[in-house]
Amino acid sequence: MIRVVLPYHLRNLARVNGEVQLEVEGPVTVRAVLDALEARYPALRGTIRDHDTLKRRPFVRFFACKEDLSLEPPETGLPDAIVNGEEPFLVVGAMAGG
Amino acid sequence: MSKIRVLVGTKKGAFILTADGKRRNWKVSGPHFAGWEIYHMKGSVAGPDRIYASQTSGWFGQIIQRSDDGGKTWNTPGSGPEELKSPEGMPKGESNKFAYAGKVGTHKWYDGTQHPWEFKRVWHIEPSLTDPDTAYAGVEDAAIFKTTDGGKTWKELAGLRQAKGHLWQPGAGGMAVHTILLDPKNPKRIYIAISAGGCFRTDDGGKTWKPITRGLKSPYELPDPDVEVGHCVHRIALHPSRPDVLFMQKHWDVLRTDNAGEQWQEVSGNLPSDFGFPIDVHAHEPETIFVVPIKSDSEHYPPDGKLRVYRSRTGGNEWEPLTKGLPQKDCYVNVLRDAMAVDSLEPCGVYFGTTGGQVYGSANGGNSWNPIVRDLPAVLSVEVQVLP
Repeated sequence: MIRVVLPYHLRNLARVNGEVQLEVEGPVTVRAVLDALEARYPALRGTIRDHDTLKRRPFVRFFACKEDLSLEPPETGLPDAIVNGEEPFLVVGAMAGG
Repeated sequence: MSKIRVLVGTKKGAFILTADGKRRNWKVSGPHFAGWEIYHMKGSVAGPDRIYASQTSGWFGQIIQRSDDGGKTWNTPGSGPEELKSPEGMPKGESNKFAYAGKVGTHKWYDGTQHPWEFKRVWHIEPSLTDPDTAYAGVEDAAIFKTTDGGKTWKELAGLRQAKGHLWQPGAGGMAVHTILLDPKNPKRIYIAISAGGCFRTDDGGKTWKPITRGLKSPYELPDPDVEVGHCVHRIALHPSRPDVLFMQKHWDVLRTDNAGEQWQEVSGNLPSDFGFPIDVHAHEPETIFVVPIKSDSEHYPPDGKLRVYRSRTGGNEWEPLTKGLPQKDCYVNVLRDAMAVDSLEPCGVYFGTTGGQVYGSANGGNSWNPIVRDLPAVLSVEVQVLP
């Protein structure tokens, strides 16, 4: 089970409290986690990455195990601690102006 | 007795102000969508408890919200209340998808070069006059979209961008379709305005559009002051009884047309400044109009630190300041283009919101004003509904 932490506004939009837990089929990559997230919470489509190009929105960041994965290719595999649920995958609103 | 519902969009959420027909005692509901920019909310004339809201964020993009109970509860369209009872409790709509039709193309950028169209946000939602499920959305970068399923899906009326869209350019606030006026006598006719593209009209329900800018002059903003497109139109307004008569607050100049935009005449007259953003028409007097003069495009605040609404009872040219109840010293707020509205009660109510977070209301056509609220976030939009 993959644990995902969403920023405040997206938790409200998705109407969830706390962490989200997702089943991810196949290799656990950034793209696979986001695909699973959007499949379960369709209202989040377009809020984290572009509807069509799936490019990350500029003011959104992806953190995992103290690393910033925002600029890594979406097919980058996530660390074992994310895959086995020890650590959460963080979707973060960039600090710009915050 | 009738009720009044004022829909206020702000930089940090939505607020709903309600009162009875006397318009003295107000209740404030909100913030809804706290922390998000609410560019605009508007209720359907055909079904007043249907309200659309544009919820937007520089971080997370565009969300369309819809209420079917007058603003008590909200959903992203496509997720009915019954779906929200599921264990997931999750809206299912894709209502936030605005995709330009066909080849995206380019428009002028701030530096004068061409720049690809990029969707940023919805500035204005205009519900159909006859069908609560149909609405139009004016967006940045400038384009108009239409929904016929209550906001679940949106389709661009791409003919607008064929009207010399490559020559449009963003104003300081961006390049957006910020005004949409539906002709109540001719369902095929729609007027829109863009900063800084100009003013456009369709007579075939949105398939084709033409600029309606003859008579506009922009000598300080454009190399050719009489050019067909590129004028920075801040707002247009009409009275439902006379949809061929339009009033305009341009970047500089207040104007009117009596022939559906074929020719405009300046009616700034004795205004202390003819720069400003909103303009609106009295609900019962088609020749009575309201503007809020702002000192200049370099200083977005009222002249002399006095917040004054100016009213003309002659369709322009002759203006009187309305000051009773408004701050007449040390006031340096702005009133944005979508932040003024009128109600249809007798006497006509007039409302406007400021960048300082005040919403002022007048229950007597502007003769006197009272603050309904004083300390909201900066107000982006104000709309009014009269309820039975």
